[in-house]
Amino acid sequence: MSDATTEPAEAAPESERSLSGDVPLRVENLRKTFGGIVAVDDASFAVEAGSLTGLIGPNGAGKSTTFNCITGAHTPDSGTVTFQGEDITGRRPDQIATEGLVRTFQIARELEEMTVLENLMLAPQGQIGEQLWRSVTPGARVEVIEQERELRERVWETVDFFEIDHIAHDEAGTLSGGQRKLLEMARAMMTEPDMLLLDEPLAGVNPTLEEKLLERIHDLREQGYTFLLVEHDMDVIMENCEHVIVMHQGSVLAEGEPSMVKNNDRVIEAYLGEIDV
Amino acid sequence: MTAETADGSSGIDGEDPSIRDILATEIGKTDFRIVISTMLAIYALFIVLTFLGGGDINSAGSSIIRLTFLFAAYGILTLALNLHWGYTGLFNIGVAGFMAVGVYTMAIVSTSPDAVSGTGLGLPLIVGVIAGMIMAALVGLVAAVPALRLRADYLAIVTLGLSEIIRLTLNSATLSNWTVSVFGFGTGGGSGIDLPARPTDALLNTAFGDVLVDVLGTFLRPSVIRRSLWVLVMIGFVIAVYWLLVRVGNSPFGRVLKAIREDELVAQSLGKDTRWFKIKVFMLGCALMGLGGILWQGSQGYVSPDSFRPIVTFYVFVALIIGGSGSNTGSLVGSILFVGLLFEGPRTLANIVSGSLSLGSAPGTFAGAMAPLASLEITPLLAYFMNNISALRFILLGVVLVIIMQRRPEGVLGHRTETAAAISLDRPGPARTNGGESDE
Amino acid sequence: MDVSDVITRGKVTIREQPLLAIAVLATALLALDLLARLAGIEVPLAGGRTFGGELSMGRFSGLVWNGIIVGLIFGLAGIGLSMTYSILNFANFSHGDLVTTGAFTGWGAALLVAGWGIGDIGHLLLVRPGSGASPNEIGASIVQAPLSILIGVIIAALATVVVAVIIDRIVYKPMRDRGGIPLLIASIGAALALRYILQFVYGGRNRGVTSTQDVNTEIAGFSVNMHELTLVIVAISLMLAMHFMLQRTKLGKAMRAMADNKDLALVTGIPTERVVTATWVLGGALAGVAGYLYVLERGTIEFNIGWFLLLFIFAAVILGGIGSIYGAIAGGFVIGFVHEVSLIWIPSDFNAAAAFLIMILVLLYRPQGIFGGVTTA
Repeated sequence: MSDATTEPAEAAPESERSLSGDVPLRVENLRKTFGGIVAVDDASFAVEAGSLTGLIGPNGAGKSTTFNCITGAHTPDSGTVTFQGEDITGRRPDQIATEGLVRTFQIARELEEMTVLENLMLAPQGQIGEQLWRSVTPGARVEVIEQERELRERVWETVDFFEIDHIAHDEAGTLSGGQRKLLEMARAMMTEPDMLLLDEPLAGVNPTLEEKLLERIHDLREQGYTFLLVEHDMDVIMENCEHVIVMHQGSVLAEGEPSMVKNNDRVIEAYLGEIDV
Repeated sequence: MTAETADGSSGIDGEDPSIRDILATEIGKTDFRIVISTMLAIYALFIVLTFLGGGDINSAGSSIIRLTFLFAAYGILTLALNLHWGYTGLFNIGVAGFMAVGVYTMAIVSTSPDAVSGTGLGLPLIVGVIAGMIMAALVGLVAAVPALRLRADYLAIVTLGLSEIIRLTLNSATLSNWTVSVFGFGTGGGSGIDLPARPTDALLNTAFGDVLVDVLGTFLRPSVIRRSLWVLVMIGFVIAVYWLLVRVGNSPFGRVLKAIREDELVAQSLGKDTRWFKIKVFMLGCALMGLGGILWQGSQGYVSPDSFRPIVTFYVFVALIIGGSGSNTGSLVGSILFVGLLFEGPRTLANIVSGSLSLGSAPGTFAGAMAPLASLEITPLLAYFMNNISALRFILLGVVLVIIMQRRPEGVLGHRTETAAAISLDRPGPARTNGGESDE
Repeated sequence: MDVSDVITRGKVTIREQPLLAIAVLATALLALDLLARLAGIEVPLAGGRTFGGELSMGRFSGLVWNGIIVGLIFGLAGIGLSMTYSILNFANFSHGDLVTTGAFTGWGAALLVAGWGIGDIGHLLLVRPGSGASPNEIGASIVQAPLSILIGVIIAALATVVVAVIIDRIVYKPMRDRGGIPLLIASIGAALALRYILQFVYGGRNRGVTSTQDVNTEIAGFSVNMHELTLVIVAISLMLAMHFMLQRTKLGKAMRAMADNKDLALVTGIPTERVVTATWVLGGALAGVAGYLYVLERGTIEFNIGWFLLLFIFAAVILGGIGSIYGAIAGGFVIGFVHEVSLIWIPSDFNAAAAFLIMILVLLYRPQGIFGGVTTA
């Protein structure tokens, strides 16, 4: 297979998606190498506001690396990442999360020895009690407790929304794989993000829970959240996303509506190529 | 403070919140009860041992004062280390170094300029104590800024190296008589430095002191009374540090610390600038280690760099691991068990055994102890054992450490959850929005 | 343009790697100062301090020689520490006490052979724990009883291997998959237990061991300490043997693979437990011999010599890059030189601190070691 072109094959015309208000996330010419191995090679794409966009590609296509470059876990070698009109390339993960771009992890990284409730209480931004002196000084602690009460209300609402109230007091380490994914998404929601990056949220989840997770994603999207979903499973993406980006060998191979992408020859070739190997 | 065992809480999910609340308070009280009953059990053990060994009430009192002194000393240090390692996952094995910084800074600030060994500025003690804590925190800062991004095992080696550098520097002859114009900053080198007297000692010379000696003097020596006054001060500090750290732990700040311990990248991905949390918590812990050093090694009139060998750090670690890292109550229980059973216990037991069995003079070497076994004489070997109890104590310490790491890494109290929140996280009931969740 | 280009590039380097620039500058200054001292040039600087000064060639070469001796000990002991660190994935704090184990067991055997018939067996086997025959009466030296010294080397290696493997079976094997930190803590426990078992058996006294009669001789006009020469020859031979083992044998290749990537090695079917045992055998043997040779050179023995060496050994391993045995050897030399040659500039109170400081700086700013990311090859 020839080295993929750097131009998205079925990309929508640039002019349509240039307004920064409508395009919260834009990735341009992203490149990342690990000691000579090119993981992401000149990848460019954009995510529309309020959309549920899917990022797919065969194993080793560079999806997770792209993800890590966007969220600050890796620093890209070159290229830019723009979020809501602001250049966030190379910022620290916490800075990017504070901007409102929050991620989940491929292998659910719940905080094992913290309970579900603690996990959720951790997430909200702007907690005054995160300042050491406020949490310790007798007078100032009153305000901290006040805020904790408000957060607790929200935490229980979230727990109910994700239907994990029956395990709320359990330590996260004791949860099943699917419950962990739910917890992780709930935790990301507690940060009140503008946009969520979900890294394989359905991997290792049983069908019942998968249904539940997808329902939640659609609910939230209707509330106006933007999603970028990385998935290995092509069917899930095709059935749920309105816009799909296909990566292959580190660059964007195709982009567009699911039906268009599905019938793209190069996409079929890329996926078949993987099966053959 | 709300603390509950995982076992205790799992069975009462979904029940009436008021029952949960009552249980939580009960279990909270249990924490206090665990500490006190462990302490009383160790006291009882030592009183029995003292009387078995033919001691009187005076020596029993003396041994209890000594035990309590060590409980308090290790208690503060273990709590501080728990903040680093148990809470935040910062593997600091340079505790002795930060203690040394605290004690020596206090000494240089508060020791009189014409002391026999070392020289100080002669400022009031309280200034020295605060300076010691600040200096320990600052040394912690210098270490923390570059080192806190390291892997846990690298951080361990860095902190151990740092504590040895501190000790070697204090030990050096070059700095032993350092003076800048008229101000002396001499550390005394290997011969150590004189320290200000305990402030409580002066109390004994007042009218209050006379009354105290009159009342207690019938069965306790004045020297024991004098030491017990200082021990009371130390207990006050243990309570204060415990109170402080429970507040730190049960707060949004403590929640982020716990998250850093579990998975730092997750904490970052939730928008927490973990660097600052780690630096702050490292400095706070180091300041408390400095305080612990001052109250302990700094309260004996004299100190030398030998008191800050790495073994001291390992003692504190053993105490923390026994009690269960991550738990403040566990830290205290661990300190008590460590001091009672591993540190003081073996020696006291050996004294009684060799005193009551009339083992004769112990052979000087292992060969001398083994040779009589050929003629089935076991007494010399036993005498050798009792004579080398300090070595056996270290062996016991090592074995206990290995066994705990293998069998019970969560400590003697088992797995504990001390919820990292300023309030109870139970679903708020409509009837009790303000009840049962007062500040701590 | 060329000059300004160079300057710009220099500025960029200084801005991007200020510590590297400082390190290079400091090294250059020290080298210049050393040359000035050797040439006897003294340039007065402010505050009564001077640049350069007086340093005899004899003292300098003496310090360098000491650096080599100490460096060989650090390097030899460091090979085992480096291997266990990378293959078993934890910092072994009981490694120093394996060094002590080798010293006591080896010298027990050496004294027994050298002093056969003099004094009682217990006195010899326990390396003179109390009063009894003196070192010179026993006559354990490479000149008087070369065979005993050689037997000592072998026993030191064998006994340390046995102890290392037993500790592995009892302490580390049950927690093989528990991660680096629990293992590290367990190794602190193992270190304490082992150190004080040695003290319990051999006693806590610091005492002389070797006979010094006729050890200093002249070979081809140079005055030579035969014990130091023995140390150098044995240590270098063992390092060479290690090199051939790793490069030529199947086991060596398996060990290198495991050091590089444990998961990969598991997948490709290298019998890991066998490799783990081999690691302890080789690492333990070298540690034991290092302890034995260390005592040969210093002449005295004490139960905590290995523990006091541990941080230096760590420094050597870290400097060379964890997992690389050549790095450990090279790192040993660097730390050895720092420890000895630094005495030209700093008081002897601080040379150990200087070595630890270098270790800390390397861990902070170049954790892959000063020789770069070259792994066990």
